[in-house]
Amino acid sequence: MWNYSEKVQEHFFNPRNAGELEGANGIGDVGSLSCGDALRLMIHVDPDTEVILDARFQTFGCGSAIASSSALTEIIKGKTLDEALQVSNQEIADFLDGLPPEKMHCSVMGREALQAAVANYRGEVWSDDHEEGALVCKCFAVDAVLIEETIRANNLTTVQDVSFYTKAGGGCSACHEGIEDILNKVLAEKGQAFQSNVARVQADAEQALTQIEMPPLSTPQVTEAAVSGLSTLQRIRKIEAVIEAVRPQLQRDKGDIELIDVVGKAVYVRLTGACTGCQLASVTLSGVQQQLIESLGEFIHLLPVTKSPTA
Amino acid sequence: MDTIYLDNNATTQVDPLVVQAMLPYFTEQFGNPSSLHQYGNRVGLALKHARQQIQTLLGAEHDTEIVFTSCGTESDSTAILSALKAQPERREIITTVVEHPAILSLCEYLEKDGYTVHYLTVDGKGRLDLEHYQALLSDQTAIVSVMWANNETGTFFPVLEMAEMASQAGVMFHTDAVQAVGKVPIDLKNSKIDMLSLSGHKLHAPKGIGVLYLRRGTRFRPLLRGGHQERGRRAGTENSASIVALGKAAELALHSMKHENTVVKVLRDRLEQGILAQIQHAFVTGDPDNRLPNTCNIAFEYIEGESILLLLNKHGIAASSGSACTSGSLEPSHVMRAMGLPYTAAHGTVRFSLSRYTTEAEIDRVIEVMPGIIAQLRSLSPYWKNNAPVQEAFDPAYA
Repeated sequence: MWNYSEKVQEHFFNPRNAGELEGANGIGDVGSLSCGDALRLMIHVDPDTEVILDARFQTFGCGSAIASSSALTEIIKGKTLDEALQVSNQEIADFLDGLPPEKMHCSVMGREALQAAVANYRGEVWSDDHEEGALVCKCFAVDAVLIEETIRANNLTTVQDVSFYTKAGGGCSACHEGIEDILNKVLAEKGQAFQSNVARVQADAEQALTQIEMPPLSTPQVTEAAVSGLSTLQRIRKIEAVIEAVRPQLQRDKGDIELIDVVGKAVYVRLTGACTGCQLASVTLSGVQQQLIESLGEFIHLLPVTKSPTA
Repeated sequence: MDTIYLDNNATTQVDPLVVQAMLPYFTEQFGNPSSLHQYGNRVGLALKHARQQIQTLLGAEHDTEIVFTSCGTESDSTAILSALKAQPERREIITTVVEHPAILSLCEYLEKDGYTVHYLTVDGKGRLDLEHYQALLSDQTAIVSVMWANNETGTFFPVLEMAEMASQAGVMFHTDAVQAVGKVPIDLKNSKIDMLSLSGHKLHAPKGIGVLYLRRGTRFRPLLRGGHQERGRRAGTENSASIVALGKAAELALHSMKHENTVVKVLRDRLEQGILAQIQHAFVTGDPDNRLPNTCNIAFEYIEGESILLLLNKHGIAASSGSACTSGSLEPSHVMRAMGLPYTAAHGTVRFSLSRYTTEAEIDRVIEVMPGIIAQLRSLSPYWKNNAPVQEAFDPAYA
């Protein structure tokens, strides 16, 4: 059985705002029957202020689908439509003290039901090209469709690439066979052969060796900069570039990251917004760390700080 | 709160007599049965006794036809891979769409390696088309693997007849009998079954012990090579305590077989009728006239199985479901889909599986709480209104 938080259980056993809503002026029906989850969200919106006066739901689904629906109605009541549309699926999950990775799609369904209900209220037609694949990476909740699309869009060829782009496979590594299968499929369509990580890492290493100028043995101290071939300024610029590149992703989830300091191999950053206290913060950090290592060509430690370090 | 365990097709409670029998093999009888000294010798004798107990339960002709493995899955894999290795010229497998993942996942994997797998389909009651099966048997078939009883619905397949047909076509026959052993009489010596898998923890022995029955003369290639254990057919030091346990469990199963088919069956029928009499839009899946005496699988329409299980669990009742959510997959049970159940029913299936420990009071308690649980969830369902399914179809986007 799933490890549901107390709050998920509480909202499942005692759902808030369940049942039909008399006088609803916005209705969103979403879900996937094959997957076993379907949700009708009904909202009553004040036409003058666009404030959601009341919200109710009906859900065909598992414990977390019902709890997510309940949480959604609680979150959006009293908000304006524009405010409500800012609610991310991560907020729904956080409201419930987290959901198991396999169940994150329940919170996505809640957000989509809201979009559909608002569109319905505004007389628009809501359509979604949402497609969900089988969950491949259980550590980071990445499904097959996302992996396949990312491989195609970026011409990825190795499991390592897939981990860098999607995080899939960056945790326990049990899903590497599944990722290889997807890579195989996509590469076969292009008439290419899949190359395992091992082969590529070795090739990279050999290439790197030919490029590195070994310092003379007599030199007593070799600075890190000399090994990676970058000046301190170049290093910091590269670090900044990586951090800037990941910020939009985090901001989309209502979080952010800020570079604080670089001391030798330690890169200090501060996570803010929704990243603070997020259960996946360490995952985010390890992803950023991997990108920094790739960019700098040296091993660094990415360390989160809660306050600015006093010099 | 007293708990009610009705998930015996998932696993069973180890019988206290079985625990008693196995305990000495963790302590004073710790020897390696391969050793020549008295420590080993005593354990070796105990293993022989256990082998004979299982031989008796299965009606096997020789005790050497019993090969101990670590689980049902290992037995299944050993059987199929052995048949392929031993007959490299044969590149086809025949099985069914409703097998356990221990068979299906392996077959999918083998397909990638270029083997052809024929999956026999089932009708609405989970029954096979034997004419189709006959037509598929050929000199290309390396092995047929068909389960004796389905783990979800309990439906029996006619394995004795199918083994006979395979034998006439000169094809090896394996059956995954993990759910059937101990619940139905088995007489392998008078059958054409070449290989049979069983799992200890389904019949009140511990987890981590299984058996592959291997008819004398069947061409065989081991999965695990190494030491001479199991006459070289399954290397690895014997799990002696669990083997002794499984032997004892087999002996007890033989004694309780009549009980399973009378008392347990009556309780199962009482549960089923009690539920169906009170709850509309619910039906039994599989073949009600031809199934395991302990299993009933009911589809509750318009609601989802995991929700039902969570509410049952709150009442201390343990069962299982074929919904996608309980397995973390994207599709409901392949068995329910194979029988053509609509999604609105397939996700709402609940399997109750009884055992010789199940009591009448427990069954009556389930009958008592079930209507409330179903009504509560249907009141939340967009497919349900005023004690009936909604007339206008609820048709969500991207369904």
